[in-house]
Amino acid sequence: MRRALTEPPLVRGALLAVALVFLAIFLVMPLVAVFAQALEKGFGAYLTALREPDAWAAIRLTLLTAAIAVPMNLAFGLAASWAIAKFEFPGKGTLLTLIDLPFAVSPVISGMIFVLLFGRQGLLGPFLGAHDVKVIFAVPGIVLATVFVTFPFVARELIPVMQALGNEEEEAARVLGAGGWQIFFRVTLPNVKWGVLYGVILCNARAMGEFGAVSVVSGHIRGLTNTIPLHVEILYNEYNFQAAFAVASLLAFLALVTLLAKSVVEWRSGRAARPEAPVREAA
Amino acid sequence: MTSKIHAAARVAVLATLVAAIGPTTAARAQDATLLNVSYDPTRELYQAINSSFIASYKQKTGKTIAINQSHGGSGKQARAVIDGLEADVVTLALAYDVDAVQESGLITPGWQKRLPQNSAPYTSTVVFVVRKGNPKGIKDWPDLLKPGVAIITANPKTSGGARWNYLAAWGYALRQPGGDEAKARAFVTELYKRVPVLDSGARGSTTTFVQRGIGDVLLAWENEAILAVNELGKDKLEIVAPSVSILAEPPVTVVDKVVDKRGTRAAAQAYLEYLYTPEGQEIVARNFYRPRLASVAAKYASQFPKVKLLTIDEAFGGWTKAQKTHFADGGVFDQLYQPGK
Repeated sequence: MRRALTEPPLVRGALLAVALVFLAIFLVMPLVAVFAQALEKGFGAYLTALREPDAWAAIRLTLLTAAIAVPMNLAFGLAASWAIAKFEFPGKGTLLTLIDLPFAVSPVISGMIFVLLFGRQGLLGPFLGAHDVKVIFAVPGIVLATVFVTFPFVARELIPVMQALGNEEEEAARVLGAGGWQIFFRVTLPNVKWGVLYGVILCNARAMGEFGAVSVVSGHIRGLTNTIPLHVEILYNEYNFQAAFAVASLLAFLALVTLLAKSVVEWRSGRAARPEAPVREAA
Repeated sequence: MTSKIHAAARVAVLATLVAAIGPTTAARAQDATLLNVSYDPTRELYQAINSSFIASYKQKTGKTIAINQSHGGSGKQARAVIDGLEADVVTLALAYDVDAVQESGLITPGWQKRLPQNSAPYTSTVVFVVRKGNPKGIKDWPDLLKPGVAIITANPKTSGGARWNYLAAWGYALRQPGGDEAKARAFVTELYKRVPVLDSGARGSTTTFVQRGIGDVLLAWENEAILAVNELGKDKLEIVAPSVSILAEPPVTVVDKVVDKRGTRAAAQAYLEYLYTPEGQEIVARNFYRPRLASVAAKYASQFPKVKLLTIDEAFGGWTKAQKTHFADGGVFDQLYQPGK
């Protein structure tokens, strides 16, 4: 560590410059380009593109999908990370690997899995068809695919936090006579709340931005099964560049909000990590 | 913290309910909804057809219907219908793709005879798009092989439009004096040697040519070419019609299993028949597809250059045969297109 700091200023400056130039080219410029294209024809045209019924339907569907997928994965992530961090049980390693599965497979494959399962010629297709239940090419399929892709976010965020905290506080609470739910809500949850929030923010960003898996199961019915990313692609392919970037700017804006929220959470959790805070606050 | 989480959960549930109820109540105002699953460049066409048909249907039957649209690559769309996308009608780029849906059992065999003119209410063809002023002097197929000409077309293995391009070139060479299979093959081989970028879809290659400025000539659907020139600049591009091209017949049909299950056959049938009416044909022509009805064709004659059009049946013995010979794995296209050689 110390040796690195004694590098000549020239080297340090060069490294910093390389990093900044790289950031500017690969992150800042595209972001600026999105907003510049979106506002190319003025603010009026920008609003018109967002108010268009199909765009509005895409925004609604995206919000609905996130509103279902995020709470589901929050509940799952909390349960899984609690189980993994606090208890020993056979198959723990397998569970950990399975949680990572959606990270490992390409989203397109995730989408195709659902087509194979719920498609007309799929495993459950005949049964669903006979009972007139539509899963893929309808909202349930989009939600399922999104839940699958965003599965690991909360759990992956919480497992290391919970493991680092150890079991002492829970054991103390148990000795003092607290029940299982009491321990969870009064000890465990307050200790990991920043981790939870961080996971939810990332999970939400991915749920709203997912393209590949959703594209496979969507059926692309305008005004019904297009999410924001799918709608952006359609507009772009229709030479409607300004509208495409106007809708895309919503996602870029979401990314900015996500980053901001993430920094706030990191800053707050950094402060909360100091010894006295969490337990007392909950009591 | 606990109460905060409860409040957040309540808001989420409420938002979910509101969002879920919204679309359902909106759909109830209609007597029926139809889903038209179509290919990429027909969005503008069917948007215009839909609003006009809905008004006419209301007038004739008193029923209010709504029509939803889905667009994508023709093969991909057929695949989605086979996998359960509940299309009342399919309006695809190739009869071959409708045949694929038929083979899955959703459409009865012989669908192509159910509506006039091979169930294709409009046609199109393959034309050239060149840079303004036609700097390379491209007028017909042989000019494509002039030295220094770069050609943009999509991959016929994945793109329906690109298959028409390929077959148009092949058909031209075949019909030349002294032309035979060997000469056609040589011509098409030379042509694909001049393709620097082989995109996977027709829209992709249009973007490559127009937005990225690659290539001297783009082979494209006529309707796609006119649309691209109108949307992206008459001051930058020109359309050149070759002497011979191919007659593309994008077919439409009712998906029997779906309409019988949903009870929408009458409306779906009326929808497709509307495409053949004078009003429907007028909309077709205004969206740069070639109309079938003689009176409408005469009115819009100036929009569509006179080209000798070969049909897929007379030049290639039908789609199934053409597909098998040229585009199947190990077929003629695979043999003659060897990148890097």
